[in-house]
Formats: sequence, C-alpha cells, structure tokens
Amino acid sequence: LTRLPVAKTYKLFIGGAFPRSESGRSYEIEGANVALGSRKDVRDAVRAAREAFPKWAGMTAYNRGQVLYRVAEIMEGRRAQFEELIGDQAEVDAAIDTWVWYAGWADKLAQVLGTSNPVAGPYFNFTIPEPTGVAGIVAPEESPLLGLVERVAPALVGGNVVVVLASERRPLAAITLAEVLATSDVPGGAVNVLTGRKSELCPVLAGHMDVNALDLAGSVGDSTELERLAADNVKRVVRNGDGYSPWHAAAFLELKTVWHPIGV
Amino acid sequence: LTEIDKKQDRSPVPSAFEYAPAPESRDVVKLEDRYGLFIGGDFVEPRSGEFHPSVSPSSEEELAEVAYGGAEDVDAAVVAARAAFENGWPSWPATERAKVIYRIARILQERAREFAVLESLDGGKPIRESRDVDLPLAAAHFFYYAGWADKLEYAFPNRTPRPLGVAAQIIPWNFPMLMLAWKVAPALAAGNTVVLKPAETTPLTALLFADVLRQAAVPPGVVNIVTGDGRAGSELVKHPDVDKVAFTGSTEVGKEIQRAVAGTKKKLTLELGGKAANVIFDDAPLDQAVEGIVNGIYFNQGHVCCAGSRLLVQESIYDQTIQKLKRRMSNLRVGDPLDKNTDVGAINSKAQLERIQELVKSGEEEGADVFQPECRLPEKGWWFAPTVFTNVAQSYRIAQEEIFGPVLSVLTFRTPDEAVEKANNTPYGLAAGVWTEKGSRILSMSQRLRAGVVWANTYNRFDPTSPFGGYKESGFGREGGLHGLEAYVRFD
Repeated sequence: LTRLPVAKTYKLFIGGAFPRSESGRSYEIEGANVALGSRKDVRDAVRAAREAFPKWAGMTAYNRGQVLYRVAEIMEGRRAQFEELIGDQAEVDAAIDTWVWYAGWADKLAQVLGTSNPVAGPYFNFTIPEPTGVAGIVAPEESPLLGLVERVAPALVGGNVVVVLASERRPLAAITLAEVLATSDVPGGAVNVLTGRKSELCPVLAGHMDVNALDLAGSVGDSTELERLAADNVKRVVRNGDGYSPWHAAAFLELKTVWHPIGV
Repeated sequence: LTEIDKKQDRSPVPSAFEYAPAPESRDVVKLEDRYGLFIGGDFVEPRSGEFHPSVSPSSEEELAEVAYGGAEDVDAAVVAARAAFENGWPSWPATERAKVIYRIARILQERAREFAVLESLDGGKPIRESRDVDLPLAAAHFFYYAGWADKLEYAFPNRTPRPLGVAAQIIPWNFPMLMLAWKVAPALAAGNTVVLKPAETTPLTALLFADVLRQAAVPPGVVNIVTGDGRAGSELVKHPDVDKVAFTGSTEVGKEIQRAVAGTKKKLTLELGGKAANVIFDDAPLDQAVEGIVNGIYFNQGHVCCAGSRLLVQESIYDQTIQKLKRRMSNLRVGDPLDKNTDVGAINSKAQLERIQELVKSGEEEGADVFQPECRLPEKGWWFAPTVFTNVAQSYRIAQEEIFGPVLSVLTFRTPDEAVEKANNTPYGLAAGVWTEKGSRILSMSQRLRAGVVWANTYNRFDPTSPFGGYKESGFGREGGLHGLEAYVRFD
C-alpha cells in the first residue's frame, strides 16, 4: 500500500488565523473544498484589518520594507508549491519579484510623493503621504497569484491594511500565499484573504462603512453598483490603477499637509 | 460658569473697541441689471428662460438678476468647452498657455478691490477678508499654476501627463473667487477646458471673472460659466461628455455626485465637509491660541469647511481658556461686511441661517451651555452672533455635524491619547489644529490626527503651493501644490 498524501483544508485567512467560513459553507473548485465566505466573514475581516492598522501603519518604513521583502524570501522557498498550483513558473517568478520591487518602495514613497511647500509667509510647510486605512481589494480572476500580489503589495507597502477577495475560479494560490504572509512577520490582520462568490461578497465590501478604499480590478461584470455603494462613506475607488508603479501605491495614500510658524 | 466668567459676562465691551463706521466704497463695482450665461466666450440668454435675483445677505438688496441654467444650457456649455478643447487649447505651446494664465493672475491683482467689494456685497463676508485673503490668494493661485503649464513633465517623474478634456467644476458660496481659482487655475494649466457652476447665492464675482477672461484673451469656450442652482450642477455632473468632475461642498451632495459618476470614466475629486478639532495643550501660548481659536471658527462667519469648530482644551487650562475666549469674543465686531473694521459679516443666506439656528437649538436642547457676547445685529439681512457652547458631549449634534456657522463647541481632555481619540471621532477628516510649545508633541499629534491639513500653533492658513483636502468623508484629491495638478491630468 502506497502512502496516502495528507490533503490541505483551504480556509479563510482572518486576523492572522485560518478559520473556516462562519457560515460553514464550502465550494468545490480546483480539486479542493474551498471556504465559501459569507457576509459576516467580510465584516470580521474588516474588523481584524482595522485592529491591525495602527501596528502596520505605525512601523517604520524600513521595517515595513523588510517585512515585505521577507514575504518574497518565504515565497521563494515555497515556489514549487505555487508552481504546482498555478502551473506557470513565470507567474511565480513575477509574483516574487513584485514583492521585492514594492518592498523597496516602503521608504521611498514619502520622498517621491511628498513635498516641501514654499508658502508665501513665515511658515514651515510640508506634505507627506499616509495610509488611507482599510483597503478592500477584489483580486483579478486571471493570474490568480500575480494578479493578487500586484494589487495587494502596492496597497500594503504604504501602510494600509487589506481585505482581499481571491479569484473565485482559482482561489488556492491566494490561500497558499496567506500561509506565506502568516510566516513573514506581517502582523495578523494586516492582510486578510477571503474566498467565495464575488457576487455575494463584493457588495458587502463595497458598502462597508469601515473600508476606506476599494480596488475593483477583479470585480466581475458591471461595477457601477459597487461604485455607488462605495460612495456611502466616500471610499477611494481604484478602477484600473496605475500598473506597476508607485502611483498605484499612491491611490491608497492620503496626503497630509502640516503647517508651523517660523519665529524666534 | 466660574465666578470669574460671571464677572466677565457682566463687563461692558471696552470703549477702546468702539469704532466709527469705515465703509469701503461700492463705486468701484459696476453691475449689470441682469446676466446671461457665459458660454463660448459670450454672454448668452439661458434657454431655460429662468432668472433669479442675487441678493446681498447683509441688506437683502437685489444686486442683479442672474440666469439659472437648465439641461440645454449645460449641454451648450459642455459643447463649447469640448469645441475649445478640440480646437487647440491643449495643443497651444505650453509657454503661451502659461502666459495667458499669468495674465489672469495679473488682472485679478489689478482689479482686486473691485472683486473684493463685490465678493463682500454678494456673499456677506467682511471686506477685510475678501480684500486681504480671498483676492490675493485667488491671484496667487493663478500665478502659481501658470508656471506649471509649461513644466508638467517635471511634475510626474517617469510619466507623461495629458489633459483630461472637459472639466466640470462646482464651487461653493463661502469663498466664491478663491474656489474658482482653486479649480480653474490647475485645470487650465494642464490644458483642460472648463464648465464652471458657481454657487446659487454667490454668482456675481464669477460673472465678473468673465470680463477678466476677455481682458486676458483666453480663447472662447476655454472657460464657460453656467450659473444656477443644484439642478444645473446635477446636469453638469451627469453630462456624458464631461471628463472630470471637481466639487467643493457638503459631504451629502458629494456622496450624490460620487454615486452619479459611478460606472463612468469621469475622474472625480471631492472637497467636502469637516468638523475640525482645534486641540489646546496646557503648555500652549494661551493668548496666541485664543487668537487661533477665534480665527479658526469666526473667520468668514464660520462658513469654512476646515473651520476649527470643535475646541479640545486640556482640563488644567479650561477655565482660563474659556475666560480669555469669551473676553476676546466680546471684542468681535459683527456687522456691515463693507466696513473695514468688521470682523464677522453676514450669514450667506436665509437657508444657512436657519440651519445654524436649528443646530444651535439642538445644542441647547441636548444640554450644552451657550454663550454669545452682547452685540447689536443689523435689522435687515441674515446675522448670527458669535457663539460658543461649553459642556458639550461628543454625541451631541453640535459636536458631530458640520454647522458651517460662527458656532464653537468646546470639549475637554486630559491626555494626548484622549485628545487624539476625540479629535478623530467624526466621519470627517479635513483639518485639525494643535497648540503646544513642545516640538515633539506637535509632531506626534500631527501624525496621529487623521486630517488632510494640520495647523500647528496657527490656523486657517492657505497657500497655492500647499495641498489642501480631506481624509475619510471629507473627500479625496488635493487642491493646491504639485498634488493639485494630478486632479487634472491623465497618464498614457
């Protein structure tokens, strides 16, 4: 008798833990039973993200950069697993390199996006980027690994915390990535990964009053209604984004301007 | 009230602060009896056929009749703006575009007094403010963005900026000319054309601005001005040939606009309401802080989205601060906006006065203590005395909702953590103030306050080089500075 492999249970990733959906539901996809997240799972994930926000945003930029670089290191070590899951070596390479690239932006965003402002008066005045808060991200259906990393990393690098809805048809890579995040010193709750039906979960994320930004890259079909829901608390809506760039990270950043008089 | 407060309340206004009237002359302003819509470089009759008077809030005098644009008028303006965009405005040599905008800045400086007087007449703000703040800043905005017109490629490293097309811009009534400048200057610098919708109650300086466009030889259709009420604004936002919507106004309307542009490719920036906290620590320079408190909330009758409408005072200096504040309030001169000594002018409209009255009533009913200095309010027009509420709980409407009037709500705190918690405890995030002599505390508070502008040991300062805009439900996008350009460009 040959040895039976131990199959993995694919669960959600919320607050640094791997719970099943509170609804107790799952759906069969990519040869596994994957958690079918519920509205309450979305709300739990947002709450976990909000709790993690001060910790992640409060880290020094250098520290955040190192944590994201470590994500790349851990992924590299588990690349065989990702290749097996998505069957595309180039996509795994690109996903790892995307983490490295954005990791390096952590301590450069403020220098590229911030300004010192020469106001017409005796004031010291500067503008710096700050994270907007909880970013809700709908990951693309295609490129289940790279697509997700390209949307999550730029939001994360600026100090935002993330609730991401994985590709509905190919969710396994996202959950495996969550295992990488869980072992990379990313604080629990800074990234939360949900699987399930986008038609069910997207409206909850879009309308949630404690989500500050919404990336609709992977929303299926017409996103007009999601954008309408986003207006309930004036969310920053990212439609296409600015590709592989610090400007994409900037879509999740606020700009704060501070004034102080100059005197003796 | 403490004993010392009671004593203060009974003391008369010191005679040293009684001034003879010093009205600024109105002669510098020549108004037409009625204004059409400024479309394609000319004033045209509105197809809506609708006219309404623009009323001076300080006298209820009807200053001029102004057209109220309808759907057809908005369409005509967008068509004119599109034609100007296609006919070469964005492909003008950038240096020439810069020069046209520089001209606007210069003409505004030359005609500053005329604009300032009209601004105060039409909107009710003190001439001291329109003369010393609104107009100089409006001119400075055009001057600043003029210089960007031929330097756009340096503003965005590694990207190629392009104009968006037709920008729909809807501005509020609290700083009519300044908001016009904040919107129009960066839009033109980036090569867009504009349809501007001034506020219903303050259209006259925008209409006078049409004459500046003529003098500066801005090509026809590059800036179109459609006056009217919310219907015109709504038509403009929904127009399918608009590429950009920029709105400054209430959070409620901002959300409607965000819903209206959902599912379109229109680029959107929103500068919405606020409920800024002005935080006073016990080591603050108290006399300066009191000036900052007064400037924070009574500047422009409190019709300021970033007004410091919540005062957070550290408990140990509460009595002293309130005493000084009330004494200072007693010296505020409320009255004729054209009088050069006036500190607090007229409330912009009857509707706004009623909103202020309603919220003040709610504050009294919810249990806060109200103080107003003695002041004689003119009989005609719309007025509201400077008001401060003490004994305010965070849950009161006057601590949560934007009043947009000369009404201050005072709360207290003991520790910096408590100050941050309370300051951030609204859906808004536009501005905040911090008063302390301790440098490290200024920096930590500046970091922790969730607001787009933090004024430390100052308040209500503005500059064209300094980005302005909100966190959370105070909107998104920035106006002013390099960041203000981003709202008016797309990238290849």
